[in-house]
Amino acid sequence: MADTKEMKKALFGPIIDSNPIALHVLGICSALAITTKLETALVMSLALTTVCAFSNLFISIIRNHIPSSVRIIIQMTIIASLVIVVDQVLKAYSYEISKQLSVFVGLIITNCIVMGRAEAYAMKSPPMMSLLDGIGNGLGYSFILIVIGTIKELFGFGTILGIEILPLVQNGGWYTGNGLLILPFSSFFLIAGMIWFIRTIRPEQVEPKE
Amino acid sequence: MSAKKETFGKTVGIVVAVCLACSIVVSGAAVGLRQLQQSNAAVDKKSNILTAAGLLEAGMSKAEIAETYEARVEERYVDLESGQYVEKEDGYDMYRAAKDPSTSSRVEGSNVGFTRRPDVASVYVVRDDAGDVSRIILPVHGSGLWDLMYGFLAVDADGNTIRELIYYQHKETPGLGAEILNPSWQALWDGKKLYKDGEVAIQVKKQAGTDNPYAVDALSGATLTSNGVQNTLVYWAGQNGFGNYLKNQSWRS
Repeated sequence: MADTKEMKKALFGPIIDSNPIALHVLGICSALAITTKLETALVMSLALTTVCAFSNLFISIIRNHIPSSVRIIIQMTIIASLVIVVDQVLKAYSYEISKQLSVFVGLIITNCIVMGRAEAYAMKSPPMMSLLDGIGNGLGYSFILIVIGTIKELFGFGTILGIEILPLVQNGGWYTGNGLLILPFSSFFLIAGMIWFIRTIRPEQVEPKE
Repeated sequence: MSAKKETFGKTVGIVVAVCLACSIVVSGAAVGLRQLQQSNAAVDKKSNILTAAGLLEAGMSKAEIAETYEARVEERYVDLESGQYVEKEDGYDMYRAAKDPSTSSRVEGSNVGFTRRPDVASVYVVRDDAGDVSRIILPVHGSGLWDLMYGFLAVDADGNTIRELIYYQHKETPGLGAEILNPSWQALWDGKKLYKDGEVAIQVKKQAGTDNPYAVDALSGATLTSNGVQNTLVYWAGQNGFGNYLKNQSWRS
């Protein structure tokens, strides 16, 4: 059994030190698309964390039985099944949000973070550590999504979780929403800014010049 | 990696076992949650209809929505050609019927954005407490900037005065075209008229002014969405849409 220090590293390391979005630059597509509102970003974070944690767990449990010739297919099957279950649960218990997330829940299947952690970590590590690693990477993804979602919703719509913070001109206030921030691709700038920020406080993440 | 688990038999065995386990989980979730999902979809539709009927209050529970809907709203089916009521079995879906050539007609000479419309459409008749018809809710759809926009148009029992235009499914740009859902824009529709001397007159245009009963202010920065809304209304209020139904006023008989 791994000691607590290692467990802490697996769980909290991916938030800043080895953030899947900021350091590995994985999972960008969904980070662009669903961060326009904080609420969708939160639900997406939760969905991805769940899928990532359980796919790591299940793959790790059967890792010694997976033949390496078909390992990717088996990982995909497990991930895809989990995503479908999450999608069904969302449709049943959170219909409004699942309508907004539409196709992006299904696209968790192709999210490189889930697949990447399964292949790089869960295939070689015991179940408990893999579960923690999955949760940790989910949290790392969530951290970026929540920060970006907050910035975009606050300055794009003047609201946070739908509660008005900066009253918009359209509704008789004084704030003019930033049109760029309500478009998906503005996340590029925000993610780039966050990578810059994280690498400034953690200079060891900067890649050596080639 | 031991050599043992790479044999053909073992590989097939693992694949079959994983697939079996996964399919049981997936189908279990799908079957187990289906009822909840369907009731969610139904409640969502009903709450949109109640919004168009002006009966939806904030914070209504699912049960209250269903109850109010049962009590006040009646779904009827209209033959668009004649404008008369026809009987259809429960669960008739006009959008599915539009895909079948035997139950739909081609759309010609209109830029509404779809190619076939159903021969029989649903309408929702809203009654007040006394049982008199207070509003007619017509399902409308038409092309926006990115995709078809689906909504409900609520008109008064005179078949002319608009009360609400509620879109419930669209893919317009957030902050621009998606402002069709902004309550302050939706409120502009209240009291506008569809027809002037029997002709469709409703317009969505710039600087419509508040006193013009036939025009609604276009959304700034969303010209194509605004045009789409106008095309949708002109089509559905016209001869090929609900024009004959609104003229006959079948709900009075």
